[in-house]
Amino acid sequence: MNAGRIGIVVAVLLVIGLASGPFWLSSEAMRLVVEFVCLLTMAQMWNVLAGYGGLISIGQQAYIGIGGYALFVFANDLGLNPFLSIPLAGLVAALFAIPTSRVVFRLTGGYFAVATWVVAEVYRLLVANDSALGSGAGISLTAMLAFDKATRESITFWTAGALLIATIGGLYWLLRSRVGLALTAIRDDPVAAESQGIDVARTKFLVYTVAAFGTGCAGALYFSSALRISPDAAFGMDWIPLLFFTVVIGGIGTIEGPILGTLLYFAVRQEFSDYGTWYLIALGLLAIVVMIRFPRGLWGEFASRFGWHAFPIQRILREPKEAS
Amino acid sequence: MSVLLETHGLTAHYGDFQALFGIDAQVRDGERVALIGANGAGKSTFLRAIAGLMRSAPDAIVFDGTAIGSRSPAEIAALGIALVPEGRRLFASLSVEENLSTGSFNGRKGPWTLARVYELFPVLLEKRRASPGSLSGGQQQMVAIGRALLANPRLLLCDEVSLGLAPAVVKDVYAALRRACDAGGVSVVIVEQDIDLARAMSQRAYCFTHGSVSLSGESAALTREAISAAYFGVSA
Amino acid sequence: MNWVDTIVQGTLLGGLYALFAMGLAVIYGVMRQINIAHGDFIVLGAYLSLGIIAATGLHPFLVIPLAAVVFALFGYALQRGVLNHTLGGDILAPLVVTYGLAIVIENVLQQTQSADPRSIKLPVLDTASLPIGGGLAVGVFPLIMFLAAVAVAIALEIVFNRTRLGVAFRAVSDDREMASIVGVRDKRLFGYASAISFAVIAVASVFMGIKFTFTPSLGPNFLLYAFEAIVIGGMGSFWGTLAGGVILGIAQAIGFALNPGWGILAGHLVFLVVLLVRPTGLFARTA
Repeated sequence: MNAGRIGIVVAVLLVIGLASGPFWLSSEAMRLVVEFVCLLTMAQMWNVLAGYGGLISIGQQAYIGIGGYALFVFANDLGLNPFLSIPLAGLVAALFAIPTSRVVFRLTGGYFAVATWVVAEVYRLLVANDSALGSGAGISLTAMLAFDKATRESITFWTAGALLIATIGGLYWLLRSRVGLALTAIRDDPVAAESQGIDVARTKFLVYTVAAFGTGCAGALYFSSALRISPDAAFGMDWIPLLFFTVVIGGIGTIEGPILGTLLYFAVRQEFSDYGTWYLIALGLLAIVVMIRFPRGLWGEFASRFGWHAFPIQRILREPKEAS
Repeated sequence: MSVLLETHGLTAHYGDFQALFGIDAQVRDGERVALIGANGAGKSTFLRAIAGLMRSAPDAIVFDGTAIGSRSPAEIAALGIALVPEGRRLFASLSVEENLSTGSFNGRKGPWTLARVYELFPVLLEKRRASPGSLSGGQQQMVAIGRALLANPRLLLCDEVSLGLAPAVVKDVYAALRRACDAGGVSVVIVEQDIDLARAMSQRAYCFTHGSVSLSGESAALTREAISAAYFGVSA
Repeated sequence: MNWVDTIVQGTLLGGLYALFAMGLAVIYGVMRQINIAHGDFIVLGAYLSLGIIAATGLHPFLVIPLAAVVFALFGYALQRGVLNHTLGGDILAPLVVTYGLAIVIENVLQQTQSADPRSIKLPVLDTASLPIGGGLAVGVFPLIMFLAAVAVAIALEIVFNRTRLGVAFRAVSDDREMASIVGVRDKRLFGYASAISFAVIAVASVFMGIKFTFTPSLGPNFLLYAFEAIVIGGMGSFWGTLAGGVILGIAQAIGFALNPGWGILAGHLVFLVVLLVRPTGLFARTA
C-alpha cells in the first residue's frame, strides 16, 4: 500500500476529528490539543530553518513572544477580534524578523545560534521594562471576556485545527516545490547551490522570515489560549529545549520527525509530571544520546531503514528506459 | 630493490562518485616514481588514499609490510609517509619556522633538522619569522617540502609541486628535492602535469586515466606516442 | 552618576567577564566548538567550590588551583568521551549535546541544592578598598579579580604562541586535515584544549561565586556574557577577549547606573551594534 495513501487517509480522519472536536472532547483535552498544535507548528518552523535553511537558531522564542504580545495589543488595546488577530500577530513577528536577520546573519554556525539567543533576550528585557506592556508582571487577555467559555474554547480549538492543516499542508507544498528543492540544495552544499544560480542569501532570508511568521502565529494562538502573557513566559529560555529537542529527537529535515518528537515530548512530560523538572533532565539525556547515536533522529533512522514516508517529499531519479 | 609501498586493487570514492577503480602500483626503496595523467584522472586521490585521507580496505595499501589502508593520517605519518599536498596548504597563522616545525609532530627521528632544511633552502632562513601569506609561490613550495622533510619520512608524496610556479623556480625546487631524497634514500612519488619534467625526475612512471592505470614502465623507455595515447585514453 | 567611578567599576567587572570568555575562546578557537553549557559549568564550579570550602575550610583563593585541576581532568574526559563524537559534521550535534548537558546540570543543581542564592565568602578582602586618588577608591577584591584575568590572558598567550602545544593548537585551528597529515593526533589535542578551557572555567567560577550571589539558573546569562565579550573583542588573541570583556563590563555598568533595569540590556545592545558595524570584532587579529 502506497505510504502516501496512508497519509491521505490519516489527513481525512484528522480533519473530521478537528471539525467535530468541541462536541466530544473535554475542555482539558481541547486545551492539550491546542498546545500540541502550537508546539508542533513552532517545531516545524524550527525544522525548516535548521533542517532546510541550515540556520540553527536558539532564539525563535523572540517571535513566540512578539506574536503573543502583538495579539494582546491588537485584541486588548485596538479592539480587534482576537482570533483574526492571530495571523496579524504572525505578520508583526515577520516584520521584526526583517531587521533582525540583518544583524544575526553577520555570523554563522554556533555564533549565529548564540546571537539569535541574545536577540530574544533583548526583546525580553525591552518588554519587561515597558510598563505599557505590563512590565514583568504581564497582562491578561481581557478581550476574551466578550466570549463565553464554550464559544471561546471551540473557536480556539478550530483555529488550532486550521493552523495545523495550514502548517503541514503548507510545508508539504513548499518542500515539494522549486523553493523546497532550492532549500535542500542549500542545505547540502551552499556553494554548489549558489553556482547553480540559487540566490542563497535571499532564500535564507525568506526562510527566516516565513519561519518567524509561523512561529508568531503559534505564539499568538498559545497565549490566546493561556489568556495571560508575561515576558518570561513569552521570551523565556524554556522554549529552547522544546523546539530543539523535539525536532532533533524526532528527526530533523523531515515533516514526520517533529510530529514524532512533539508527541514524545508530551508523553515524557505526562510520565514525569509528578517529579518536578526531572522530565527536563530525561529530555536532555535523551537528546544527547539520540544526537550521538542517531543523528537523523528517531524517525529519520527508522524511516530510512524501512523506507517509510507518510509525507513523501523526496525526489527519486528514474533512469529513462534504454532503447533495446 | 625491495618494495616499500604496494597497492592492491585500491579503490576510492567521494560519496557516490568512484574516483579509483582498482589500482595496483609499487614504489621500491629509494625509487623516484612519477604519476602523470589528465586532470581528474585520480592522481591526487591516489596520494590522498595513501596518506590515509580516504576510506580504504586495510590491505589495499601495504607499507613496509604493514597493511595501512584503514589507518588514520596521523598514524600513517608516524610510520614515515609525508605528503606535500596540492596547493601547499601551509598553516596561515604560523610563521615559516613554525610551519616547518609542524613536520616533526609525527614523532620520527632522523637526519633532517631545521638547520639542514635552511641549508637546502637558504631563502627560508631570512624569512623564518614571516607569515606564509607574504611568501612567493616558490618559497611557499619550499616551506611545504621542508615541512615534509622534517617528518623524516621514508616515503615522500608530492602533489603538483610545480603548479603556479615559474619554470626557473620549478627547476630549482625539483633539483633540491632530488638532492634531498637521493642523499637520504627517501623514496618519492611525484604527481606532475608536465610530462617531460615527470620523466626527467623519475625512474619509473604510471599514467592514470579515468581512475585506472593506463600505462606504466621505465620513464626513459616510455615513448611520447605511448604516453599521449594513454594520457588521453585513446586506444592503440 | 559619577562617570569615572562607573567606568572603573565596569572595567573591573569586565575582568570577570573576560575570565568567562577566555575559556570559551580556547575551545572555539581550536576546534570551532561552542559549549552551550559553558555558563552552567561556571555555576557548577561555584557550587563545587562551596562544597570544597565547607569540607576543608580552605581559603577561597587556595581552592582555585584545586578546582582548576579537578575541572581540567573532567574537561579532558568529557571531550574525549562525549564531545569529540560530535565534531566533524555540522554544528547541530555539538549544540544539541552541550545544550542537553546544560539542561541536565541546571536541573540537577536545582533539585539537589537549596533554592536560596548562595555566595562564596571571602574573609577580610571582601570589603577592603584601595584609595586611588581624586577621592576615588577601588575594591581590593575586584582589583584582584581583574589582575587574575590579566594573568590568565598572559598564560594563555604564552601557551598558544610560545609552546609546541600552542603550535599544534593553531595548526589544527587553521587546517584540521593538514594537521592530521603531519601527525597531530587531534582527538587527544582537543582533550588538552578542553582541559585548559575547563581550568579557566574553574578560576572564573570561584571569582564569580565571590562577586555574585548565584543560583542554578544563572548559567545561560554567563554564557551570553562570555560570548558577547568574544564577539566584541574579536577572535585571534586573548588580549582582544580581555578588551571585549572590559567593554561589556563598562557598557553594563553605565546602563545600570542610568537605570537598574537597563544594565544587562545595555551590554546586549553594545554587542548588537558591534555585530552590525564590525562583525569580526574590534580587536580581531586576522590570520
